Amino acid sequence: MLAKHGAAARVLAGGTDLIIQAREGRRDVAVMVDVKGIAEATQLSLAGDGALRIGAATSCSAIYHNKDVAKAFPALIDSASLIGSVQIQARASIGGNLCNSGPAGDSIPTLIALGAACHIAGPAGERTVPVEEFCTGPSRNVLQNGEMLVSISFPAPAAHSGAAFERFIPRNEMDIAVVNACSNVTLSADGQTFTAARIAIGAVAPTPLYVPAAGAALVGQPVSDATIAKACEAAQAAATPITDMRGSVEQRHHLVGVLVRRTINKAVKRARG
Amino acid sequence: MVTTDKPAYKVIGTRPIRPDGIDKVTGRAVYGADVNLPGMLYGHMKRSPHAHAIIKRINTAKAEALPGVRAVVTALDLGPDPAALPDLSKNILAGDKALYRGHAIAAVAATTDLIARQAADLIEVEWEVLPPVLDVREAMLPGAPLLNPNQHTRTPSGPSENASNVVAHAAVAFGDADKAFAECDAIVEREFSTKMVHQGYIEPQSATAVWNPDGQVTIWSCTQGAFPARQNCSAILGHPVSKIKVVPTEIGGGFGGKIAVYLEPVVALLSRKSGKPVKMTMDRVDVFEGTGPTPGTSIRAKLGATKDGKLRALYADLAYENGAFAGSAANYATMCIASGYDIEHVKLDAYDVLVNKPRTQDYRAPSAPAAAFAMEQLIDELAIKLNMDVEQLRLQNSCKPGTRGPMGMPHQAPGHEECLRQAIASPHYNSPLEGPNRGRGTASGFWFNVGLRSSASVSVQPDGGVSLILGSTDIGGTRASLAMQLAETLGIPYEEVTPTVVDTNSVGYNDVTAGSRVTFGSGMATVEAGKNVIKELSARLAPTWQVPVEDVEFEGGVFKSKDGSKSGTFKEIAQAIVGRGPGLTASGSVNAGFLQGGGFSHAIVDVEVDPETGKVTILRYTCIQDAGTAIHPSYVEGQMQGGAVQGIGWALNEEYYYDDSGRMVNSSYLDYRIPTTLDVPMIDTIIVEVPNPLHPYGVRGVGEPGIVPPLAAIANAVAHATGVRQTQLPMNPRRILETTSGK
Repeated sequence: MLAKHGAAARVLAGGTDLIIQAREGRRDVAVMVDVKGIAEATQLSLAGDGALRIGAATSCSAIYHNKDVAKAFPALIDSASLIGSVQIQARASIGGNLCNSGPAGDSIPTLIALGAACHIAGPAGERTVPVEEFCTGPSRNVLQNGEMLVSISFPAPAAHSGAAFERFIPRNEMDIAVVNACSNVTLSADGQTFTAARIAIGAVAPTPLYVPAAGAALVGQPVSDATIAKACEAAQAAATPITDMRGSVEQRHHLVGVLVRRTINKAVKRARG
Repeated sequence: MVTTDKPAYKVIGTRPIRPDGIDKVTGRAVYGADVNLPGMLYGHMKRSPHAHAIIKRINTAKAEALPGVRAVVTALDLGPDPAALPDLSKNILAGDKALYRGHAIAAVAATTDLIARQAADLIEVEWEVLPPVLDVREAMLPGAPLLNPNQHTRTPSGPSENASNVVAHAAVAFGDADKAFAECDAIVEREFSTKMVHQGYIEPQSATAVWNPDGQVTIWSCTQGAFPARQNCSAILGHPVSKIKVVPTEIGGGFGGKIAVYLEPVVALLSRKSGKPVKMTMDRVDVFEGTGPTPGTSIRAKLGATKDGKLRALYADLAYENGAFAGSAANYATMCIASGYDIEHVKLDAYDVLVNKPRTQDYRAPSAPAAAFAMEQLIDELAIKLNMDVEQLRLQNSCKPGTRGPMGMPHQAPGHEECLRQAIASPHYNSPLEGPNRGRGTASGFWFNVGLRSSASVSVQPDGGVSLILGSTDIGGTRASLAMQLAETLGIPYEEVTPTVVDTNSVGYNDVTAGSRVTFGSGMATVEAGKNVIKELSARLAPTWQVPVEDVEFEGGVFKSKDGSKSGTFKEIAQAIVGRGPGLTASGSVNAGFLQGGGFSHAIVDVEVDPETGKVTILRYTCIQDAGTAIHPSYVEGQMQGGAVQGIGWALNEEYYYDDSGRMVNSSYLDYRIPTTLDVPMIDTIIVEVPNPLHPYGVRGVGEPGIVPPLAAIANAVAHATGVRQTQLPMNPRRILETTSGK
């Protein structure tokens, strides 16, 4: 179906973005292909080694209602429970959020920080793309005509690791992030030194942004306010925000610092158990 | 609840369930868009993509040729503006000039909604785009592009010499403010601004019409006033009032925004042209861009007091955006800004100013909240300067019976002092506020409330129950509050009264449900109708009791002969007289005048400001308000809470956010941020009851005063939490961050 109709066809998962875009005339859709009947696209499987694979159309509420997943991937739950209202979460999927490829998508920094990979199927077979390479611009991504995102896989969390996602919105729900951020840190066994870190930020560039320099600023350094401040500076340096109705350049630069610090602190707390 | 010398009412003051409740919670209630008729067509509006542009040519040929299209109308079908209602038709369909983005240009009726939309896209408009005027102060400057080159300012001394975007300049002066300021020991002066905001009702406008070949026209609409809607349609369409029937549906919020007609005359025209029923329903973008929000403002104000805390002089220059045509009146601000206080010297200049934005309409206490945003912050600052408690400063200067009120008329029984006393005595005001970045703010607000005209009819049923027939659309629970007044008058239980809101052919004239007037004015008509029922029953009872009619007495729901030998309850007598005799219907009609005495509201609010993000959290909010007499306290509390929540949204996040071309870029509830349930705490309420001498049960309108204090109360709280005075709305995180950073 997707191959046949090309650009006129879109994959329908929860429809919480697609149907609204079609109704408002922002996206010209001739054919919607509902993939919720495909078992792989709605799976939620936690492997014995702790690795996780979720179908691209698996709903947010299915994810946060799974106690084992919630325990092992709290940052994913931070994201899944923030996207839309409770009603929306019963339909909306992480895969849909990723394929919508909004710069402020609330799941994408988390997927990046958790080191997730996208499993894509198409006429030419299957391929795998790291999440940070998936989005190519606002509402644009690497999917070619005829291709669909089938599932997203996550490596098992390392020992002494923790991750946290936060977003800033003017209200307390039902809003688009002015800035969002996810930090995933691994500590030494004594919990005093960063040994690995992945940090991603959103709504401050054409795509959600993986900031290796922010993680690098932490690795090998003691857990301290000074170390964390360095990571925040690196994240701020990577951000190239714009001014629009949701926030200004200065405000977003400032908030990157605030949110990266807050998420690192929360991630450290989770890593220490 | 605070009650002063209230009679021992039986029904008034209780909290029965509302008669419209079950239909609403089960989804059976019929709202505007629920109207469906056999053979009905779907209408769609073509709207201007430009904020300011000359329409050189409209070509509807392609739209008319599309299969399924049954009618297309433009301003040519509408005719010129009715003389008595300037700019009414021009706002409904633009003729030669589009004055705001979203201004309706043409309309289509087709067999499906999709075809109607496609046809609207096929209508070709040739534009000459003009520079938009978007800022109220810039619009006032000489040389600003003119929206209407023929408009001269209405001033106290006649029309202005030059054409201007300023529609009207209202000047109010008492005493000699200039001289009095020189005698003040403390003066505060600031410039404030607020943005255009929308009422934010959930139900979009929807109207359906059938124009029969015999000239009978029926229009269904979720309007706030079926009778004024009928009047306006009659004037616009040049069709007799008595040939138009307006059927009001249930209404999903209005707050003043559903007084004006937009779709009604257009669907009527489309029906006349197509010979079929036609329905048109707005979407949210249409509602934001094409209906009537409340003005943005620019207010310069100065307040002075002597060192003993006596307010001496007030000056305010109040400029209100009217939008594309004369709209919500800045003059209302002059009726409210100083009405809470005894200030001898007052000078006010209020300006209504055209800008390329939607024609503004009333929004809950229109013009008063922005004026209070200025006034009540100046009082807060003055209290700090004078080293006085702000509530004591307000109390010391509060209006009393006889103090000059709105339009220079003396207040009769103003409840401001009592509201302040209750605020000072409240648990909230007496609780400590601890923790960093927190602040408490207070503010008062006044709204004058209106009376206007109302009618109601009462039919006595054979079993002794009564039917109450109303023409005031019920927005805030007025079927219940009017049925309660009738039950009290007839001395029967509330459950014996069945209230129904009917169409314009089925009851006498009623003005709009607005100005907090229905429980007051339609209440007076209802009470009068009830008294006429008693009179008629007494007249019919006298011969059966074989006593002269003046010997039939009625008290507390019981008819009695003067000698005490005969008696019967209302129900017994009604069963005997109406159950076996001819039917009984009695009516009441009143003109309750323009003003009804006004109402005061007061707010205490605690906030916490996140110094890193600028986000304001409302920790606690108490609304104290004078209801005169609270007929149904739950609905009074609901009005107080609703006003507070809308005020919180207005204060913190809501605004029409325009780009330079005059396009509102946040025309959805995603980016136009009304508060969600997670953004507001439970709003505590304290009902004050200082009976209104103008109403038989002492009622005051309660719908509007509650939205007047919150903008200022929150600004005062933020100022106390951060040390920075907020003079511009909205106080969103970005503005808080920008104004407090470096502190």
